[in-house]
Formats: sequence, structure tokens, C-alpha cells
Amino acid sequence: MSAALSTRGLDKRFGSLVVAREIAFELPQGARYALIGPNGAGKTTLINLMTGMLRPDAGAILLGEEDITGVPPERRVTRGLVRTFQINTLFPNLNALEAVTLAVCEREGIARSFWQRVASYPDAVDEAHAILSSLMLGGDCYRPTRELPYGRQRLLEIALALATKPKVLLLDEPAAGVPRDESAELFEVISNLSRDITVLFIEHDMNFVFRFASRIIVMVGGRILLEGTPDEVSADPRVREVYLGKSGHGARHV
Amino acid sequence: MIGSLFGVLFDGFAYGMLLFLLSVGLSVTLGMMNFVNLAHCAFAMLGGYVAVTLMNGFGWPFFATLPFAFLAAALSSVVFERVLYRRLYRASDLDQVLLTIGIAFVSVAVAAYIYGTVQQPVQMPPYLRGSISMFGHSFGVYRLFLIGIALLITLLLVAALEYTRFGAKVRAAVDNQRMARGLGINVDGVFALTFALGSGLAGLGGALAIDIVGLDPAFAFTYLIYVLIVVSVGGLGSIGGSFVAATLIGISDVAGKYYVPQLGAFLMYLVMIVLLMWRPAGLFGRR
Amino acid sequence: MSVAALTPQTYLNDQARWTPVEIAFWAATLLPYWLFPDYLSLASQIAITALFALSLDLILGYAGIVSLGHAAFFGLGAYTAGLVSKHIWGEPITGLIAGALVAGIVGYAASFIIARFRHLALIMITLGMGLLLTELANSMHWLTGGNDGLQGVKMWPIFNTFRFDLFGRTAYGYSLIVLFLVFLVARRIINSPFGLSLRGIRENALRMPALGAPSRAHIRTIYTISAVMAGIAGALLAQTTETVSLEVLGFQRSADVLVILILGGAGRLYGGLVGAIVFMVARDQFSGNTPQFWYFWIGTLLILVVMFLPNGILGGLAKLTSRWRRA
Repeated sequence: MSAALSTRGLDKRFGSLVVAREIAFELPQGARYALIGPNGAGKTTLINLMTGMLRPDAGAILLGEEDITGVPPERRVTRGLVRTFQINTLFPNLNALEAVTLAVCEREGIARSFWQRVASYPDAVDEAHAILSSLMLGGDCYRPTRELPYGRQRLLEIALALATKPKVLLLDEPAAGVPRDESAELFEVISNLSRDITVLFIEHDMNFVFRFASRIIVMVGGRILLEGTPDEVSADPRVREVYLGKSGHGARHV
Repeated sequence: MIGSLFGVLFDGFAYGMLLFLLSVGLSVTLGMMNFVNLAHCAFAMLGGYVAVTLMNGFGWPFFATLPFAFLAAALSSVVFERVLYRRLYRASDLDQVLLTIGIAFVSVAVAAYIYGTVQQPVQMPPYLRGSISMFGHSFGVYRLFLIGIALLITLLLVAALEYTRFGAKVRAAVDNQRMARGLGINVDGVFALTFALGSGLAGLGGALAIDIVGLDPAFAFTYLIYVLIVVSVGGLGSIGGSFVAATLIGISDVAGKYYVPQLGAFLMYLVMIVLLMWRPAGLFGRR
Repeated sequence: MSVAALTPQTYLNDQARWTPVEIAFWAATLLPYWLFPDYLSLASQIAITALFALSLDLILGYAGIVSLGHAAFFGLGAYTAGLVSKHIWGEPITGLIAGALVAGIVGYAASFIIARFRHLALIMITLGMGLLLTELANSMHWLTGGNDGLQGVKMWPIFNTFRFDLFGRTAYGYSLIVLFLVFLVARRIINSPFGLSLRGIRENALRMPALGAPSRAHIRTIYTISAVMAGIAGALLAQTTETVSLEVLGFQRSADVLVILILGGAGRLYGGLVGAIVFMVARDQFSGNTPQFWYFWIGTLLILVVMFLPNGILGGLAKLTSRWRRA
């Protein structure tokens, strides 16, 4: 069975700054992979390349069997490749219900309808509300997004992505900035993600990484340094030197 | 034919220099604080009227009025910045548009009330009138003077930007405001000073413009369009961009009106649209 | 109403429901016939301007596209309707439709360019396109009458019954009915899934493609619809005043409608209407002998509105009433 998402020889540079060099990896179906590396390693750039927001100078991106290197960003989403953003990229004046309903309508092609009320598409609305409830946002769904606490907004990021019915989900630092007392909800949501979805997440929080990832990819300076199980990666001296060596993570509990 | 082409280029370049003086302040402040100041040309107009009043009302020589045109515009912009603009730095673009258009409207009304709606008659000093013959072509003296002043000011601006501490702070604030604040740069203070400087230059431009394009209360809006064109084509926050854009726009306008007068400013508008479609962030803009 | 009793369906239905204030507003539009019978010409001008502002609201208030050249479509509608009357016949409804069509076709063509740009470049491109059209219209004075304006526009009675009278009674009824019908269409669009997508584009244009949304196609659609509406407004102007001059296309008109919309409050559907009423009534009252007088007062009004009522008159009122409701 082919990998859910794979890349071959991706290159990207901005002038003399090389942000991606010969990136090649494969995400098998249903995998839970983590992408780690120091700041500036090119992790978010890689996500931008995979989602089509940046065009690679060389290389190919495959979704399943299909080469999507030339496919525009919104089409990649319809084919099932979806991302969340490191900084909340939400709709400040829409409430959560409107936002997720919007995502569902776009997915179903209903968004082109301009004569009927939104409320006359009960399936879309109900599905949106169900997604929000499963992420524990049901009670807040009528408040404008800008009024939600940060942790809730982070959950809404994920809700929007889930509303597109992704096959492959790229989470860019989902726990970033989430205060300790709100992170439990987030962790539960990630655990409950269906095994039908293949997940790759970027994270700096090592608790998170070791808890959810079955394999870890380490990126440094635009290249993949190595790929392996959590034990292999944490034992590797190169990784320790570049990344893991500093802060004490072992004592942190969730 | 070549003779007229050369004349068009010269006149266009001189006009461009005027546009540069009028625009550079807006480009830098817009690039720095993203504050949409559509009253910018009202300050230019103020400079023009100050010069006119000093010349016609008090008999001052033209040169002496120029620093005062600059100062009047700069100081009044400081007042507006303190009293009104400061409160709207975080407001939406639309609110900023509304406020500054309102200020521009009021300035037009006040100018019309005090000076009437006709173009102000001014007499340039004799040494600035007429033309010189060089290399077989005739150059308007006033236009040469305008070009000279603009180039001098450009050099001063570029030098200040590159070699002074203040210039370094300006560059930092334009490049990345949050980072600049984080480094301890007093961005608000830098902005206030830059804003005053930019408005002052606009005021100077207004005074210099009287002999080339005339001064009437509609100036605040007529030239706003030109300034916006220069700023968007040049790229926000860029002195070099404003210079190049102003030159291109000035020449396009003069050339268009000379060769195809029935279509007026058609050529200039077309040049702007094409350039923006090619480089949406402006010629020297970022991203 | 407690949150527990609210279901998603009822919430969304409530959002789309006609409120008493709205019904009162539309009922009040009939008052000029009794209260201000001498001002019906002004009233029809206000209705036409309100329609124009509504068309701008759809692209600016709802999709976030700032246009400084929207008068291009207004002017195209006006000149088309005028030319139909001058060269073909004076039947109003067909003239109206013709104006809408021409504006719509040009709008559709322009939308391919418009949809590809954002921020300052977009604003300046719309400005440039409007200015280009003005220069073109000026130079084609064999068609448009140039600076003298279009002569020979004569309208037949509507449905052969309602003659355009000197008091503006027919003009106001005609303009008002057209405004209301177009408003109903706009209202449906806003409350539809398409309307939701437009607000998504305005709120965060970056997120939309990440949701699989074809933003450019959406923008092209709403821009075309908006152009059609602006064209209808322009045609109404030509027909009710029986004149068309270059200023219908001009920058001044584009800038005025932008100010009107922001003044009333963009993105609230009624902002353009409220703004038009305030702006045009103020202009009528304050213009007097010297137009400059008017600039002073409108300028001051704008400054005051921004300082005390952020997000326009309706925005400021919304803030005040929510505060009042909480008490």
C-alpha cells in the first residue's frame, strides 16, 4: 500500500538561503509522526511546500499515488491534505459555529449557493456543531472567535481542519502558547483523532512528542538529519547535541 | 522629434521630482506604521498657502518662504499626530481613511474660505524665470532649480538613513516594528519625528509646486491621487522606490499629455496598472 | 434567552430573521410622500445613492475588497440607460436592464484582474481602472457628449402609466421599489452559505484556501453581482434626472460612496443606506451658496464619527445598544 504522503528530493531556497534541501520521507497510512528541530530548521517551510503555499525549486510531493506538486493549495485540501497554522489563523468576528459551518459548506460545494439560507442546510450545520462538540467547543460556539481564550482558539484551529475531512493532517505546533491548564483538552483531542487520518505534527513540547509520535523526523538547517523511533532519536548523540541536550523535559507531567 | 522627446523627458523628470518631494513622507510613514494618512496632501497645501501668504502678503522673497513652508507643515502635523492620529494607530484601516479624509475636507473648506477658490497668483524671482540654453536644448530655470533641490534632499535623506543613529532606527522600525520595539527603540518617537519630517517635505513640495501646477483648495485631493500612485508603485517604506516611481509617473504623465492630449492622464494610469500587476508590492516593496 | 435553549438551527434562523427595526425602517421610507412632498427629488437621489452604497458594501463590507473605482459601473449603467433612451426608446425597465447588463459584463471581465490582487495594489488598480474609464469617456465625446453631458434623454412613463413628473413622485417610487428589490437579493446573498464564505474571505483571506475554498471564484462572483447593482443605480440616476454627465464615472463619486459606506458602517447591510441618508441630507442642508461650506461640515462630521462611533454610525450604535442591553 502506498504511503499516505511522501516527498522526493524537495529543494527550496530564497536567494542564498537554503530552507529545504533534498527532503525525502514517507508517511504511512494512519501514522503518527512528529517533525522536530531547532527554530529556523525549515519545518514550517516544509509544511508550506507540502500544502502548496510555496513552490519547490525541485522535487515532488505525492498524496497517495497522486503527484500533487503542481496542484494549487485549495485543490490539495479537497484531495485530503490539510494543515493547521502555528499562529491562530481564524476568523475573528465569526463565531465558532459559523466558522466550522463555513468549512463544511466549502467541502460539500454548498458555498456556491447564494439564494438559500445557511439554516436551510441542516446537515451541514449539524455536522459543524458535532465537530465542535467533539472538541469540547459546543458551549462556546456562539461567541465571536476573538473572545475565546487562547487554548479554545487552538482547538478551533483543529476543528476547522477536521471539518474538511482530511486524509492527511499536518499540525503546526498545536500546543504552542497553550497554557498548562488548557492543554489537557488539547491532548485528549489529539489522542482521539481517528486512525483513518494520517498525522504529522511539528512540536517543541517533548512531552507531546513522546506521547503521541510513533516515529520522529529530525530537521536541521533545511535537511533531514535522521528519522527513527522516539527511543532511537533520544539516544542519538547528534540529536542530543543539536536539540534535546538542554532543558529538562523528563520531569514534566501532563 | 528628438528635441521634443528630450523636452518631454526633462519636464517629466522635473515633475517627477516634485512628486517625489510630495510623496516620500507618506511612503515612509505608511511603511513604518501602516497608518493611512489621506490628509498628507493637505499638509502640502498648507505649505503652499504659507509660502503664498508670506510672498504676496508680506513681500518676502521666495527662497525665504521655503523653510517656513516646511516648518508650518511639520509643526501642524505634530499637532494632529498628538491630538488625533495617535488614538487611531490600532484602529481599522477604514476608520483611519475616514478620519484623514475628514481632515482633508476641512482643510479644503478652510483654504477656500480664507483664500478663495481661484489659483493663487505668484511671481517667481527673476533669476528663477526663463530658460537656459545648454547643449542645443533649452532648459527651464525653475525646473532645473526644482531638480536641484530634490536631488539635494534625496542625498540628505539617504545619507541620514544610512549614516545616522536616527536613520538606523527608522530603517529598523520600517523593517520590523515589533522587533524594533523589543530592541528598546522608541518606535512611537521615531514615527512622530519621521511623520513631521515627511509632512514638512510635503509642505516644501507644496510651496515649490505653485509655479509648476498652481495652487488652489482642490490641491489636497488632486495631488493625493498622484501621491498614492507614486507610493504604491514605488513600494511602501522606500525612499529609492518613491524616487524611481515618481520619475516614471512624472515622465508618463507629461509624455501622455504631450503626445496624446485627448486621452489626458491615460498613459500614466496605464503605466501604474501595468506596474502594479507586475509588482503588486511596488518596485522596491517587500515580498 | 438561555444558551441551553439555543440550537444551531434556531441561532442561524434568528440571525436571518427580519427584525422589527428593519420593518420599521422600510415602512418609514414611505413617509417622504406625506412629510416631505417637496423633497421627493432629493429622496430619490438618496435611494439611488443608497443602492450604489449597498453594491459597494457587498464587496467591501462583506468580502473585504476595497474599491476606489466603483463609480465605473455606476457610470456604465448611467450612460447605457441614457444612450438607450436617446437612440432606441424611452421605456424605463428595458433601459434599466440594459444598464445592469453592460455594467455586469464589464464587471465580470474586470473581476479576473481584481480577484488576483489584495491590499494597496488592489485599491490602486481599482482606482486606475476607474480613472482610465473616465478619460476614455471624456475623449469619446461623440458618444457621451463629453464635458457637456449626454443630451436628449427622454423617459416614457413606466408601464405606460406612471409618468415621470416634475415633483419626483414617480421617480421616488421607482427608485425606492428598485432599491428594495435589490436589497432583498443582497439580503438573501448575505444569509446564504456564499455570504458566509465572503465573510470568511474578509476575516482571513489566508485561511480560506487552507479550507479548500476557491476564493478567487467567489470574489469574481460577488464583484460581478456588485457591478450589476451599481449599474442599476446608475441607470436609475440617468432615468430619473434625464441627464448623464462625466461625473457619474469620476473619482469624486467613487470616493463619496466609499465615505458614505464607512460613515454608515460597512458590513452591516444597512450601513450604506444610513450613510446615504445622513450624507445627502447634510449636503442638501449645508451646501447653500458655497460648496466649500459643505466640506467643512462633512469633514467635521467624519472626524466626530470616527472619534466617537468606531466602525461607522451603525457600528457605534451596535456598541451602545449592546451596552444598554447588558444593563
